Amino acid sequence: MQRSLIVVMLCLVSTLVSSRGVYQQPAAFIDEVFSNNPPAASRIWLTKSIKQHASEILGHKPSSLRIRYWGENKQTAWVLEEIGKEKPITVGIVVRDNQIQRIKVLIFRESRGWEVRHDFFTNQFKGSSLTATQTLSKPIDGISGATLSVRALTKLSRLALYLHQQTPFSHDSP
Amino acid sequence: MKYRGLLRHCTLLAALTATGLSHAAAPAPTLNELWQVIQNQQKQIEQLKKKTQQTDAKVEATGEILEQRTANNSGHGGTDKTTIGGYGELHYNNLENGDGSKDKEIDLHRFVLFFGHEFNDKIRFHSELEVEHGGVQASGSTLDGEVEVEQAYLEFDINDEVSAKGGVFLIPVGITNETHEPPTFYGVERNPVENIIIPATWWAGGAAISGNFANGISADFAVHSGLELPTSGSSAFRIRSGRQKISNAVANDLAMTGRVKYTGIPGLELSGSLHYQSDISQVSGDGVDDATLLEAHAIWSRGPFTAKALYASWDIDGDAIAAADGDKQDGYFVEGSYKLAKDFGVFARYNDVDGVRTQDEFSQIDVGFNWWPHEDVVVKVDYVDRENDTDSDRDLDGFNVGLGYQF
Repeated sequence: MQRSLIVVMLCLVSTLVSSRGVYQQPAAFIDEVFSNNPPAASRIWLTKSIKQHASEILGHKPSSLRIRYWGENKQTAWVLEEIGKEKPITVGIVVRDNQIQRIKVLIFRESRGWEVRHDFFTNQFKGSSLTATQTLSKPIDGISGATLSVRALTKLSRLALYLHQQTPFSHDSP
Repeated sequence: MKYRGLLRHCTLLAALTATGLSHAAAPAPTLNELWQVIQNQQKQIEQLKKKTQQTDAKVEATGEILEQRTANNSGHGGTDKTTIGGYGELHYNNLENGDGSKDKEIDLHRFVLFFGHEFNDKIRFHSELEVEHGGVQASGSTLDGEVEVEQAYLEFDINDEVSAKGGVFLIPVGITNETHEPPTFYGVERNPVENIIIPATWWAGGAAISGNFANGISADFAVHSGLELPTSGSSAFRIRSGRQKISNAVANDLAMTGRVKYTGIPGLELSGSLHYQSDISQVSGDGVDDATLLEAHAIWSRGPFTAKALYASWDIDGDAIAAADGDKQDGYFVEGSYKLAKDFGVFARYNDVDGVRTQDEFSQIDVGFNWWPHEDVVVKVDYVDRENDTDSDRDLDGFNVGLGYQF
């Protein structure tokens, strides 16, 4: 019995058909957010002040000089990355009226914590805004064994809300 | 003197008047001249615009190059394909036994390094190299620890939901066996149920397949090297002593482990594991035969409150182990914790263990706190009170202090 199980598993390994963890390409996410007619990408430069706030949110200095985003009316869309335990998790975040409208794990590369990609977890972020102390206005219940992935998504949500405030799209008349 | 001052003022006035007349006398610019001036200014504006665009392009290009270099250097060894991490914990134990003897010690209990490498999008490597108790005993040294490779496996993606792995990996059972970095749990020492009944950290060599499904259900199945339970000596029939640590491990009888886990509601984890080995001593005819481990646990977190409960039970067939009262070994714990602040939490845990040795049959209460000065750094203090089921000399109480970290 054990021998046959091993044979079955080896057969499965040999039928690798697609890479794990790419749930949606970032470009496809942006297209979807803006109904296949996305505005031109804008960039926000991480000046000294913005970089300092971003560092406080992430717990480390951001790795890039600029962050790309797409904005229209009072809505911005972001594709951000943060390492959970070992590998970066790529997340798409839509902010509207200074609140999280949507968050989606686009690429997950970690070996643990996969649960964060599901709607039952990400739905908790909807409607969250940034408090004066740069925390989320709504509590987020974690997932046992996925602490670092939960932490990464929470940080990216806070970062997207903060960066949104730095764009012209956070105001009534962009 | 006063005429000299008056003369100076008159001279200055005359000079200013002459200058003004001279300007007034200059002819006004014609429309053509004005048009020429405007056109020149327009050219300058266009040139400045062009220069600004060129400067923007240069800044963007510089940004691209710097970001590319940052990305290239973000991984270890100049590539993001290879990753490194780790954790460690230092313990101070101050305990008094029922017979009045005291155990006071400081121990670098664990120092662990993770190395990983991603060969491509579908194949990756994970490893965990652990040094316990400060190092390995050598001739003339006081070191009393071990160096162990607890994980070294290749993982293959089959599709978005299913992956397979082969190598040395952690058995999918219990709460702390797979997730045991010090900042992730309360208590300086790990709970005794997941030490005596589930021999965590429990690893094996073999192959496994895992599936993660959209409704929050995951399933794991592994075929792997089994335990080699000792049948004589002071550790006879002790589960923990059966770990082979994949060092020329006997593989007469492989073992199988399956797990189903549900995490479909944020904050909730329900999990059950079943482990089977047809001969847990791997020697036929020695009175120790097939063994089954059943484990179940639940975790419920809501806001600052978390509750955990775990039960694990071995059922081992064989005349010899039944005669030693080791055919049924089980234990459970319940734990409640509350985070008073983002960086400070308190806990209480009740454990009941029924192993095969006298010292492994007891109930134990742990209370204490964790303080996280950083989310990956923890300071722990707890009080422990153990009451042995049959031998009061083996009772103990006292306190532990721990320092842990992960990166």
